Amino acid sequence: MSERATSSYQEPTEEQPPEQSKQKPVTNGAQSVVRALENAGVTHLFGVQGGAIMPVYDALYDSEMTHVMMAHEQSAAHAADAYGIVSGKPGVCLATSGPGATNLVTGIADASMDSDPMIALTGQVPSDMVGSDAFQETDTTGVTAPITKANYFASDTDTVGDVVGEAFAMAATGRQGPTLVDLPKDVTNAPTDREPGPARTPSTYNPRTDPDDEAVETAATALANAEKPVILAGGGVIKANATAELREFAIAHEIPVVTTMPAVGAFPEDHELSMEMAGMHGTGYANMAITHCDVMLAVGTRFDDRLTGGVDTFAPEAEIIHIDIDPAEISKNVYADYPVIGDAGTALSRLHEAIPGEPDADEWREQCQTWKTEYPMDYGTPDDEPLKPQFVVEAMDAATDADTIVTTGVGQHQMWAVQYWTYTEPRTWVSSHGLGTMGYGLPAAIGARLAAREDQAVVSFEGDGSFLMTLQELSVAVRDNMDITVCVLNNKYIGMVRQWQDAFFEGRHSASDYGWCPEFDKLAEAFGAKGFRVDEYDEVADTIEAALDYDGPSVIDFHIDPGANVYPMVASGGANGLFALSEDQL
Amino acid sequence: MTQGLQGPRPEERPHPDGRRNAQGERIDPVAEAAQETRQATVSALVEHEPGVLSLVSGLFSRRQFNIESLTVGPTTVDGHARITLVVEETDAGIDQIKKQLAKLKPSIAVGELGTDAVRAELVLLKVQGHEPDKVHAITQMYEGQTLDAGPRTITVQITGDQRKIDDAVDAFRQFGIIEIARTGQTALARGDTPTTPGESPAASAESTAPANSTPNSDQ
Repeated sequence: MSERATSSYQEPTEEQPPEQSKQKPVTNGAQSVVRALENAGVTHLFGVQGGAIMPVYDALYDSEMTHVMMAHEQSAAHAADAYGIVSGKPGVCLATSGPGATNLVTGIADASMDSDPMIALTGQVPSDMVGSDAFQETDTTGVTAPITKANYFASDTDTVGDVVGEAFAMAATGRQGPTLVDLPKDVTNAPTDREPGPARTPSTYNPRTDPDDEAVETAATALANAEKPVILAGGGVIKANATAELREFAIAHEIPVVTTMPAVGAFPEDHELSMEMAGMHGTGYANMAITHCDVMLAVGTRFDDRLTGGVDTFAPEAEIIHIDIDPAEISKNVYADYPVIGDAGTALSRLHEAIPGEPDADEWREQCQTWKTEYPMDYGTPDDEPLKPQFVVEAMDAATDADTIVTTGVGQHQMWAVQYWTYTEPRTWVSSHGLGTMGYGLPAAIGARLAAREDQAVVSFEGDGSFLMTLQELSVAVRDNMDITVCVLNNKYIGMVRQWQDAFFEGRHSASDYGWCPEFDKLAEAFGAKGFRVDEYDEVADTIEAALDYDGPSVIDFHIDPGANVYPMVASGGANGLFALSEDQL
Repeated sequence: MTQGLQGPRPEERPHPDGRRNAQGERIDPVAEAAQETRQATVSALVEHEPGVLSLVSGLFSRRQFNIESLTVGPTTVDGHARITLVVEETDAGIDQIKKQLAKLKPSIAVGELGTDAVRAELVLLKVQGHEPDKVHAITQMYEGQTLDAGPRTITVQITGDQRKIDDAVDAFRQFGIIEIARTGQTALARGDTPTTPGESPAASAESTAPANSTPNSDQ
């Protein structure tokens, strides 16, 4: 394992035994679970109490780790997920058996799709009742097998802490992802004095971090011979803490950089070489660049269909160099001419050393800049029209520091938040990419808040529909006085569905029109948060300032143009280069 | 400007002529053809622990791979099991199957067997017992064994490669087959070639584990 792959996570070794001087000896399985988390460096947990997980919570009573009691288990998983994205080390969530565990499922699936480091601990009915359809029993390992990197049914009190340690190490190592440990109540309750050993991955798991020399050299030659090179940075670049290597490489060789959505922030969007995000709602210039390139250096991406559109038209003339730590990603969705298996940072550094010359690409770079002027990201702001959501995003961006963390729900607001905010730092964009989970934004903001520096602002963009799904978590933000600013871009629609219905279903707004929404500012006040409402352009700046100044959770209910749509747009399965700039082009 | 952005319309933009096929490979538009499937035998050495088979079968159902047969059994090493899979997929699909299998936590090593591999399947056939002599003759012809012979039914066992089994089943049809149970193919690499990468072909129990410490074949 390279340092870079998990630089923020220090794997304990035999030589450095965990500090146990202040800790009381373990006396039962639950304490062993808690000790394993402490040994792994966990400081925060997100969860909901319940019958089968009670022994673990009892053990937490004596721990110095901070437990955040969430209002719903789904939110506990999202908060842990976001904590993992921002901190780079696995976020931890807990739930009881049965409904507690199944409520985690959406959050686990979300983390799985985005390869986010996370560990879920679930209570389980006592071992002798497993399989009897006991009260609050669910086959949790069975349910979560397809959405976890690894999961465990802990059946032995003496080793339960080791299992938790292994789950933690698995979540953090190689291609990151969620893991789960199911904890039968008798196992956590039973006595043991066995201290868990250091967190380590199983002997069967040894991801290759150092790429093969020959693979690097052939890829470097292909890149040097390119006339129209593009770097496609995926989320793996951020996961591998390889943004410095990416920036150095791209700038040294002057290669335009396109990002996928999870990689937003990997390369500064205000840099000349940045083409920003590609894909369904990516910029026109990013989509032109990936469509016309002749060599694509793809790093840590799984070529999701929202990025590629139809595979037949994706970068149709490009040779593809694919760097990934997971061999199974190579040629899974798009064939890789030059596979490079390894850690993103190591591979980029090695490629940097191996590249025999600069790509001759002046004309191409000029073309990329021309596309930026041909397809600008712009929107009109005439005073007589309802408030534009893009204006709100830009105003919020302008009012906050560059390292502000943005979390979002899923829908139109998510796309405006990624399109009209200028991201320059990694781990500042926290969103649900692969699974597309509405309601992700607020619980993610809670997780991000606890992982972020105290002076780092956390802003959550939500749609009215997305916010309605998890807004009960405001109670958590208020209870723990978390400084979070929630911006609801309220158009009283499930907006993205409404946009698709207009484009593809003859404007038949079946079940997308709320017609009525709660007054979110007043709802916020009812929860004990600060509430604001904005209808006009001239209220935007002052309200944003007041909300950011408020020391605690605040909610701004922006009543935006209900007809505002997200463009550019690549039709589902369509060609990236044929992105539509308006509805009549779809 | 509520509804869109400025810029050349799609038809006014330059477009590359190239295409990719369904596997994401760049193709000559003239020579475009769907990739054909082939049968592959994949052997996976795994930790013998509860839930492994469910993980493997879940992997296949989730990714819609077409699985012909799957056999599993312990090896000479305590705690290890071998899974033999026969799949019908394109080259890209077979490659994915091997990589996805290798990714599973309990997976120690994964390999695809060559055409010269030693393969065998076992079938139990229960046929009508009216013509015991003839049934016995066919059983002998296929080097099988009679496991049960009663006044109304005869049950025989045949082992061999898939083709031999298919032929035997055809031959027994004349008697009226009542029931069939087939195990599916199991296989080992021929000679000194390890069945999964790094696996030693020696007979001692200790050496069936991969010789090196990089168990996942592709990692």
